[in-house]
Amino acid sequence: MIYDCLIIGAGPAGLAAAISAKKNGLENIMLLERDNRPGGILLQCIHNGFGLHYFSEELTGPEYAGRFVKEAEELKIQVKVSTMVLQIEKGEGENPLHKVTAINSKDGLMILETKTVIISTGCRERTRGALLIPGSRPSGIFTAGSAQRFLNIDGYLPGKKVVILGSGDIGLIMARRLTLEGAEVKMVLEIMNYSAGLARNITQCLENFNIPLKTKTTIVQIHGKDRVTGVTIASVDDHRQPIPETYEYVECDTVLLSVGLIPENELLNPLGVNLDAVTSGPLVNQRMETSIKGIFACGNSVHVHDLVDFVTEESLLAGKSAAEYVNKRCEKISSIPLVRGNRVRYVVPQKIDLSANDDKSENLRIMYRSTEVYRSVSVIACAGQKELARQKKRILRPGEMQIIEIPYEKIMEIKDMALPVTISIELPEDLID
Amino acid sequence: MEEINNTFTTNNKRSMTCIICPMGCPLEVIMDGNEVSVSGNNCKRGVDYAKKELFSPSRTLTCTVSVLNGKRPLVSAKTRGEIPKDLLLAGMEKIRRLRVNAPVKQGDILEKDFLQTGFDLIACEDVEKL
Repeated sequence: MIYDCLIIGAGPAGLAAAISAKKNGLENIMLLERDNRPGGILLQCIHNGFGLHYFSEELTGPEYAGRFVKEAEELKIQVKVSTMVLQIEKGEGENPLHKVTAINSKDGLMILETKTVIISTGCRERTRGALLIPGSRPSGIFTAGSAQRFLNIDGYLPGKKVVILGSGDIGLIMARRLTLEGAEVKMVLEIMNYSAGLARNITQCLENFNIPLKTKTTIVQIHGKDRVTGVTIASVDDHRQPIPETYEYVECDTVLLSVGLIPENELLNPLGVNLDAVTSGPLVNQRMETSIKGIFACGNSVHVHDLVDFVTEESLLAGKSAAEYVNKRCEKISSIPLVRGNRVRYVVPQKIDLSANDDKSENLRIMYRSTEVYRSVSVIACAGQKELARQKKRILRPGEMQIIEIPYEKIMEIKDMALPVTISIELPEDLID
Repeated sequence: MEEINNTFTTNNKRSMTCIICPMGCPLEVIMDGNEVSVSGNNCKRGVDYAKKELFSPSRTLTCTVSVLNGKRPLVSAKTRGEIPKDLLLAGMEKIRRLRVNAPVKQGDILEKDFLQTGFDLIACEDVEKL
């Protein structure tokens, strides 16, 4: 049997993609999920704050995931759980058929043929090993997400006296969660001079529980033989190098690392797909298609999101695109690269592929992040000297993804100019000519 | 007028971050007798938040509750509204001792009128019976 669409990962991205693919006319769809139930990372995010944009309601992670799981059930979309995808083999020719190898203990080894694949595999956490934090290797060192899983799914308290490295949202959320469950969170350390997480989380997770946040500080050594006994912390200079005179010992039995998320793309790497060096995810066009025909990607596996609402939007688009690819074919007429300009860390999509049956009434939505915190700036999309869109922003933070929209007809105006579209951030001073 | 929970900085002015939505607008709140004026908000919910935060700061409590005879040991749960902030840790003490029987369905009331706040503690997901 040849599938229309196989979706790898049944978290919020995969679920939305599947629902959208089905609603846009695809019949043979299947979700492949390695965990024992669909829902993805949201299942362990028991806190509030999801769905404010998409549902105009504040939901917990499981509630948000639950809505999409239920809708997928109502649409009778097949889900195989406890199933691991081992590899993808890309098909050749005009209408490539891709082969997905997956395994579970019920069906054994399966090699599934499909017209489209949607990669919604989420992301993984950066580890202590990746940071090369010196010291011994006692137990009690967790990535924040693993600690969250042990606590919220399995019911274990990871430790009693905790130091958290990294002030991204996962670290902040876990600071609060651990405190509520009776642990002492001694401090959250952040190597930059600003927190990467949402301002609201600084307030509701740290300030509200009197947990200190030390910026420009890192861990230089972890101590302990069988179990963590403490850490040595240090202030860092402007090059993020520890300053020896500031070394200070902090007693603790647990270290949580919230030091970065990396899109999970082990399945795509062997296929020679084009990757974005900044996001570590695949390059995609405005339809969420990768550089391989018929392989799409969405959610955290493309770039790490802050709000699941935007994952949902992006994934609905990916599912619709997969359906259009199978049913209508979108023959590429021309391509325009989308590139990052001044003060922009990355843009997604990285490419615009124009085709004859594009919906010309749809604005092009470009997601981007700033490299640093900026205030009172203008964000400009332009092709050469020609300005295509502009927005004013009171404040831009690297930890808060932004969206700029370009009307489709503006793209049509520049499509033959052989120029990329650049998104850049202009400071107030720059605008004075 | 209720007692204000946090001291003001000089000139009865206080800064706070609104936590209603991910924008996290930085608010400036000025107390002038009984009048409270709020600036820095990007929507009117921020004004309501600032006033509430001054006089009766409240939070939704999200947690996990032990499940007996279920396919999973825990169910994610939340209070159906915002309870006084200073009851959060006491609330957790109660939750630690709570046991609910499977099956649990999303929306089920796990404890009615939690801590007499007027809000129920409800399940956020399903847990099937073993």
